[in-house]
Amino acid sequence: MSNSMNTSGPAGFISARRLLFWSGIVALCAWVLVPIYLVALGALGGRTGAYQWPKNFLPTNISLQPFLLFLKTEGVFQSFLNSLGAAGITVALSIALGAPAGYALARYNFRGKDSYRLLVLLTRAFPLAILALPLTVSYIRLGLYDTVLGVGLIHTVLALPFAALVTQGIFLGVPRELEEAAWVFGCTRIQAFFKVVAPLALPGLVATAVFAFVISWNEVFAASVLTVRHRTLTAYLLTVLSESPMHYRFAGGLMLILPSVVFIFAVRRYLFAIWGVSSK
Amino acid sequence: MANIVIDNIKKSFGAFQALKGVSLTINDGEFVSLLGPSGCGKTTLLRIIAGLETSTSGDVRIGEKSVIGLLPKDRGLAMVFQNYAVFPHMTVYENVAFGLRMQKADDARVKKQVEKAAGLLHIEPYLDRYPNKLSGGQRQRVAVARALAVEPGVLLMDEPLSNLDALLRLEMRTELKTVLQEAGTTTIYVTHDQTEAMGLSDRIAVVHDGRIEQVGTPVEVYNNPATRFVGGFIGNPPMNFITMPVTGGQVTAGAQQFAVPAQGGDIVLGLRGETVERAPTGHGLDMHVRVAEPMGSHLLLTGSILGQPARVILPATETVKNGETVGLTLDPRRLTWLSPESGVSYPAAA
Repeated sequence: MSNSMNTSGPAGFISARRLLFWSGIVALCAWVLVPIYLVALGALGGRTGAYQWPKNFLPTNISLQPFLLFLKTEGVFQSFLNSLGAAGITVALSIALGAPAGYALARYNFRGKDSYRLLVLLTRAFPLAILALPLTVSYIRLGLYDTVLGVGLIHTVLALPFAALVTQGIFLGVPRELEEAAWVFGCTRIQAFFKVVAPLALPGLVATAVFAFVISWNEVFAASVLTVRHRTLTAYLLTVLSESPMHYRFAGGLMLILPSVVFIFAVRRYLFAIWGVSSK
Repeated sequence: MANIVIDNIKKSFGAFQALKGVSLTINDGEFVSLLGPSGCGKTTLLRIIAGLETSTSGDVRIGEKSVIGLLPKDRGLAMVFQNYAVFPHMTVYENVAFGLRMQKADDARVKKQVEKAAGLLHIEPYLDRYPNKLSGGQRQRVAVARALAVEPGVLLMDEPLSNLDALLRLEMRTELKTVLQEAGTTTIYVTHDQTEAMGLSDRIAVVHDGRIEQVGTPVEVYNNPATRFVGGFIGNPPMNFITMPVTGGQVTAGAQQFAVPAQGGDIVLGLRGETVERAPTGHGLDMHVRVAEPMGSHLLLTGSILGQPARVILPATETVKNGETVGLTLDPRRLTWLSPESGVSYPAAA
């Protein structure tokens, strides 16, 4: 009696665990994938597909035609490029400025280090809505208004605190002894950084870049306020789509989602590896 | 190859004085251990020599040249770190070759040196692997090979064996000694493990509380500890300290009498546990045995002498029961006498 309990007990426990594990995975995947799938269905199903009820979950009546038509709409492609440009500037600047700040926070002890860290976060405490008017005025004066560069700069401001704090954690994850070993064996500080620290921090830096990209790509408020003709995709879609038919809206949504998904998929190896940075 | 002169090095971290004026001269080709408990400043001293830490004052000269203010890379030394610090993104070969590559050595020389170092430490089979495929002991070998490959004038080792398990540590210790004797490199070895220090070193510097308490050969430091701390830190079991009254420059222990370097008051007897012989009670010092532990190779007795805690070692052939009182004969040549106030030992009688 007790014997059979002993043998069936752990097995039952393991299969229950496995069930929980897989149902968790399925639920998480569904949470992300089902909305994307529905958006894609709406975008590719044409006018009838978007309004059809009850929804047909199988991809019938699918064609790329409505999506391509949407792409040909005036301004869509240009704003897509604008978005890419702004995001590119954001990524480049927030890594170029944020990573050195993160390195300094990770490796040096200086007076006011903690207050500095707090101050960095505090920049996120100002609501953009309050800054919008003065920012617009300054931008007009500086000639940055309605430019991709201007939007990129403001997105950098949004992403930079995040980049500095995240890269700090990444550099802390690279053991100091490795850097010291590099110094002892013939490196200057800068050589040691590029030969030892940078390669080990690369996965984390790539992940930081992805997050900066996503922050810029998804940002809509500043982009709407600071541009008129050179809109980013989000800002453009916000103004245009409210007057568009349903399947156009879906097409716009899909276009917003896809680059992020593709980008993150492309660097997923680095995103996983961010947990693997260790002394091993 | 180079000698090292450490001249009155001081180091403060804020109000905390980690090093309170340390001086030490290490001869060319010598193996010196810095031995002390954790937090005594030995690693700080090593890092100052390496250039990874700045000293508050004092001078370090390597090969007659002051290296204060020089970058670590310009000091002509190599180092083995406690956590090995083997570069995880390079193969074992590239790890060992790292120092030579930084010196812009040509490929032929790199290959020759790497193969030589790898041969010394028996890591040839792993040269193509990445460190995450190696065990702790193998990584340690890579770290030592990397240091030896550059043929440094000075080799610094920071507790290199402390992360290995006991058996591997013993094996690596023997091997290190062989390899380093062959290389003939001036070596400073930081450890808190007295058996490592005793076994490996030409000389030991015992560091305590930011100062060097004693420098000497392992046997000197063991037999004639300069202070109570050194006697208590080195040896297993540690030295026994028994306070005894002095009358007319003599101390009486049962039927034994010893001339001591004090006239009156108290004096502390430093007694190594294995220097006594069993005798009838009353002949020398009597020990009340609380626990007798037969260790196979010897018999370890824990109890008290003159009401003060003590541990002594008798041959394994003796039998002693718990609670028994045994007589012990002292060997006058192997006693240390210390001042009870300062804890400093009197110079050994010639």
